[in-house]
Amino acid sequence: MTTVLRVIEPGLLTTVQDLGRPHAIAAGVQPGGAMDRFAHRAANLVAGNPEGDATLECTLTGPQVVAEHSCLVAITGADLDPRVNGQAAPMWTGIFLGQGDRLTFGGRRAGGRAYIAIAGGIEADRWLGSASTNLMAARGGLHGRNLKAGDQISTAREATRPAVSGHHLIERLRPQYFDHTLHAIAGPHVKRLDAQGRGLLFGATFKVSREADRMGYRLDGPRLATSGEELLSFGLTAGAVQVPHGGQPILLMADHQTAGGYPVVATVVSASMPIAAQLVPGDELDFKEVTLERARQMRLSLAAALETLR
Amino acid sequence: MPLPPSTRPAPRVRIHPLGDTALLAELGTRLDTALNTRAIALAAALKKRRDVRQAVAGYTGVTVHFDPDQTTPDVLGAAIKRLAAKRPPMAEPGRLHRIPVVYEGPDLEEVAARLKLSPQRIVELHSRPIYRVFLVGFVPGWAYLGPLPEELELPRRHVPRTQVPAGSVAIAGRQTGIYPLPTPGGWHLIGRTSVKLFLPDSDPPCLFRAGDRVKFFAAKS
Repeated sequence: MTTVLRVIEPGLLTTVQDLGRPHAIAAGVQPGGAMDRFAHRAANLVAGNPEGDATLECTLTGPQVVAEHSCLVAITGADLDPRVNGQAAPMWTGIFLGQGDRLTFGGRRAGGRAYIAIAGGIEADRWLGSASTNLMAARGGLHGRNLKAGDQISTAREATRPAVSGHHLIERLRPQYFDHTLHAIAGPHVKRLDAQGRGLLFGATFKVSREADRMGYRLDGPRLATSGEELLSFGLTAGAVQVPHGGQPILLMADHQTAGGYPVVATVVSASMPIAAQLVPGDELDFKEVTLERARQMRLSLAAALETLR
Repeated sequence: MPLPPSTRPAPRVRIHPLGDTALLAELGTRLDTALNTRAIALAAALKKRRDVRQAVAGYTGVTVHFDPDQTTPDVLGAAIKRLAAKRPPMAEPGRLHRIPVVYEGPDLEEVAARLKLSPQRIVELHSRPIYRVFLVGFVPGWAYLGPLPEELELPRRHVPRTQVPAGSVAIAGRQTGIYPLPTPGGWHLIGRTSVKLFLPDSDPPCLFRAGDRVKFFAAKS
């Protein structure tokens, strides 16, 4: 439709993401999609879009963009110190950009991934039912790659509602990203841990290692010893905590491999995945075992927060 | 001619939660074609349910992704047990793919030495069976094929390669497969094929589907 933003600096890793392609996992294709689905949905709803529209996922550093045409944007997720023409800009809030306005990010203050939604959505390549960028297959999003300087971002359609700035998610409904407790349900193979191992899984503190990306995070901390014969491969899900032979757990994230044969000792619940998505190498985290009922309550409370934006 | 229906008793199903939006239904733990056939049939039946977002057959079970606003793991688990108790549909032979392989992989000599067989014998043994596609997954286009003849069974490499070229034909344990994309990998590379496994512009974007059959044959480089 209309070219609204021009990329001056792309940032470390900025990709187009939506809610992913869950149907493609049967073909071995990573489900993909925004790592922090809550922030992604909130950004769209603040901008007056359907929650499944494409947004820009900005990793660790934000991009520098200039408005080619006036538009309304919303920035959610990690606090990367967003600025419009050098002035601090509010997050979780609709912001109006006039032609020539410059959106920049001062630096990371909390979290790892920020989301930028544009009223009217983002025009992107669709692949297997989703606009999410799959870097391995080089499909989806902006020509299957991350943003680079000179790229032009266009809206997918005319904004359906008049652009009104100031629409926002109230402060107390925003995620508490500083609390790194990941609520989890014991996994199918938790019995392969001995009593000490299970105690460590749900008691020790782990740290996100440098091997952490959209596929998953290797976790430093105590090694978890598993026993039993090798498993035959089975389908995996985001949030699964798998333990390979060496005992160093891996938390699977949005671009996870679709199948594997390592024991899954826990699965992080859907309501904690936005917290997991904001972790960066060096961050500490704990797993806290919860019931399915508690997971349901947490999920409903996030849904209720988003409902206030509709 | 249709194959006779399985006379084995229906397997006992074990349901394990995978978080609050997925579960793993295990029909068994053995490498077994009949179990895999049941898993594929169960996944197909589950995909038709409105509360199921996706069902992926593994070797011996199904990973079910569900809509937590439409069902609970208990309700879905009970439905899975009912479906799994039904006699599975007639096992129709899957599509047969004939795949040319240039058996000049970088690990062929080492595999032959470790198994105390000649490279020629490795080629004969590997290209003799009609393999089954047990599972599609891991990375786009990857398929787990088997069972590999016992004479070729070797554990994975101690140190995986950081980059395996696309088209590499590999073995590990009682399995064989073809690397569809350049990825890290710990299997033994015995050959290569020019057949494309990952077809990004098709839907589904992969050549093999669970239940298909695959026959390798030796080709000149």
